[in-house]
Amino acid sequence: MPEKRSRPIAGGVGGATEAARFTTMPREATSMGLVARLLEDERVLGFLLLVPTVILLGLFIAYPFVKGVWLSLTSATVGDPGRFLGLSNYVKIWNDSIFQRAVYNTFVYTAIATVGKLTLGMWLAVLLNRHFRGKRLVRASMLLPFIVPTVLSTFAWKWMFDPTFSVLNWTLYHFGLIQTRIGWLTDPAMALGSVIIVNIWRGMPFYAITLLAGLQTVNPELHEAAALDGATAWQRFWRITWPLLLPVTMVVTLFSVIQTFADFQLVYVLTGGGPANATHLFATYAYQIGINTGLLGEGAAVSLAMFPMLFIIVVIQLWYIRRVEGA
Amino acid sequence: MELQAMNRRKFIKISGVAAAATAGIEGILAAQRAPAHAQGTKLHLLRWNDFVPAADEVLAKQMPEASKALGAEVTLERINANDLQARITAAISSGSGPDIIHVLKNWPHLYEKSLVDVSDVAEATGKAQGGFYPAMTELCKVGSTWRAVPHAIVGGQIAYRKSLFEEVGANEFPKTWQQYREVGKKLKAKGYPIGQTAGHTFGDAPVFWYSFMWAWGGKEVEKDGRTVAINSKETVESVKFAVGFWKDACDEGGLAWDDSNNNRAFLSGTISATINGASIYVESLRNKEKYKTDKGALMHTDILHAPNPAGPAGVFHLHAPFSHAVMGYSKNQKLAKDFLKWLHGKEQFEAWFVAQKGFSVGSTTDWEKHKMWELDPVMLPYRTAARAFRLYGYAGPPGRAASEAESKYIITDMYAKAIQGMKPEDSVKWAESELKKIYA
Repeated sequence: MPEKRSRPIAGGVGGATEAARFTTMPREATSMGLVARLLEDERVLGFLLLVPTVILLGLFIAYPFVKGVWLSLTSATVGDPGRFLGLSNYVKIWNDSIFQRAVYNTFVYTAIATVGKLTLGMWLAVLLNRHFRGKRLVRASMLLPFIVPTVLSTFAWKWMFDPTFSVLNWTLYHFGLIQTRIGWLTDPAMALGSVIIVNIWRGMPFYAITLLAGLQTVNPELHEAAALDGATAWQRFWRITWPLLLPVTMVVTLFSVIQTFADFQLVYVLTGGGPANATHLFATYAYQIGINTGLLGEGAAVSLAMFPMLFIIVVIQLWYIRRVEGA
Repeated sequence: MELQAMNRRKFIKISGVAAAATAGIEGILAAQRAPAHAQGTKLHLLRWNDFVPAADEVLAKQMPEASKALGAEVTLERINANDLQARITAAISSGSGPDIIHVLKNWPHLYEKSLVDVSDVAEATGKAQGGFYPAMTELCKVGSTWRAVPHAIVGGQIAYRKSLFEEVGANEFPKTWQQYREVGKKLKAKGYPIGQTAGHTFGDAPVFWYSFMWAWGGKEVEKDGRTVAINSKETVESVKFAVGFWKDACDEGGLAWDDSNNNRAFLSGTISATINGASIYVESLRNKEKYKTDKGALMHTDILHAPNPAGPAGVFHLHAPFSHAVMGYSKNQKLAKDFLKWLHGKEQFEAWFVAQKGFSVGSTTDWEKHKMWELDPVMLPYRTAARAFRLYGYAGPPGRAASEAESKYIITDMYAKAIQGMKPEDSVKWAESELKKIYA
């Protein structure tokens, strides 16, 4: 652009002087000047600043994703790149009853766990938003389930659900609340319920702490005004807190749904997908096929099958967030 | 000494580079110096964490000896058995990792294309030690090529409480499944059920349920390895029996047990019998004062072992086989094979075998004759356990399809579904439809 060309460089005085200087400057200085001029162009600078991010995203997200898509279209096994099969792997898993069960489990697991985490997280956030002695300690300790490595905490839960030595059963029995052992991990429905309970326990602090941050941005005067007008606690929550927290809630839920849908560690440690596939999720089944059986193509297909479903959920949520923010 | 008896030509042959290239480990040892080409080289062995720590200690002590003999630094890494396949997959995919990996089950078939031909080492070892058990040959020999060298077998036998069985009138272990069920019913009524897993766990679940199915005459597939044969009268009968056996005699929490639950339950005195490697007994010996019966006796004095009861078709076992494979990406393949020849040699293997005290048995028949078996009569049933060794995918070959069926727990879940209430005929049909997709 003409204005840019005539702009002084490093305190220079104008286009003509600049041109004269170029003719007399050594080559290094000339190239330095070129770099400086290029960096002054916002488009070039913007592109250069984006390059590291693009490389990182390309290496660690795009490449594995594209590689995964390619694998899912081949007969690749461990040590053999296989041949192109088209959609055969997807057709095979579509007719696979264990895969169908894993799809069902994943949706049930994600839906119930998300609602549970949101409800309990919101409740906890509202409680912790009040003033009481030891508030900071309680807030810090609330984060423990989130801080402790999932594998370790899940092993503790495994012990609590143990079919023979369950401390939960022992306690319930000694308080006279049960007469026979509860099959936390042996009954198919209970087993799915148990892994959901652990997921809620682990994920609730994430909701609570984020919603608590959101709650602290709500102007207390709004509540005071509503209280003066005779609004009940529930009405104040429903008419003031909830609408103001909705954007934060939607973002938290979005992250949580993605994480829950793709959960692996918890089920792998607690049940290995059993009993009789009652707790298999996409990720655990993909691991079983891809790693234990060595069928990398089919394992990738199982893993990627969650992508369109997750994509639809994410698009709906993002659309809703945009609508809420635009309103 | 052999060195003194060597002529000049022989000496030249077995010294230096020629030694490593042509005479293998014997040449290196005879020359009493490391081969020049191997100096500074590293050899990485990846194995599982053994259930018998004493055997791992023996192995750890053998590594410096191997390093000295080979002139290369041999390192041993141990990880959880459950994590081995993830490591193998990553190593093969990236083309780098351990030179030698401890492979379980039928993995030589699964990773065939990524494993080095070790026929020379395997055949020499087998020949020198009385021949491999047929199942080990079938597992490690893919087509006409050995893809792994058989190392050992962790035998599965039923560990049971002698005093509890005697209390219900069983002075010897039941010979048939029907007798076992009747005894188990009495034991469960007394509060000491039989403990068995029907969950998704890689060891005890297939070891029990495959053997159980075979005892009734059931089989996964025909000999051709393609025709699914699970939906037979024999399999349905076995499932029906399993449902009753579970209800009458077993700890019903077993549906969620992993490989360690039965050990804990047995050692804490809550079950009377379970199929297992000898790890329960080994642990009760290791911590004698820690484990006692409810009458105060030392637990190890009340433990006996027995093979599976017989079904209409006979007595069968699925044991846990272990082998060593040289990885195709290894830059030290010759060295790795020399090392395996050394490690599987009589002297080295014997030290490890004795430390195992019968928990692992040899992969060749000669080890049945070892004097170690005279030390503890409780371990004697393991001595010949490998003779009744049948493989995944029977009556077909133990190939990839057999692996897929096993890793998807089709056979275990066929029984688990019926135990949970599905009609036996329907659970067998479910298994048939899954197996047909796998073997198609």
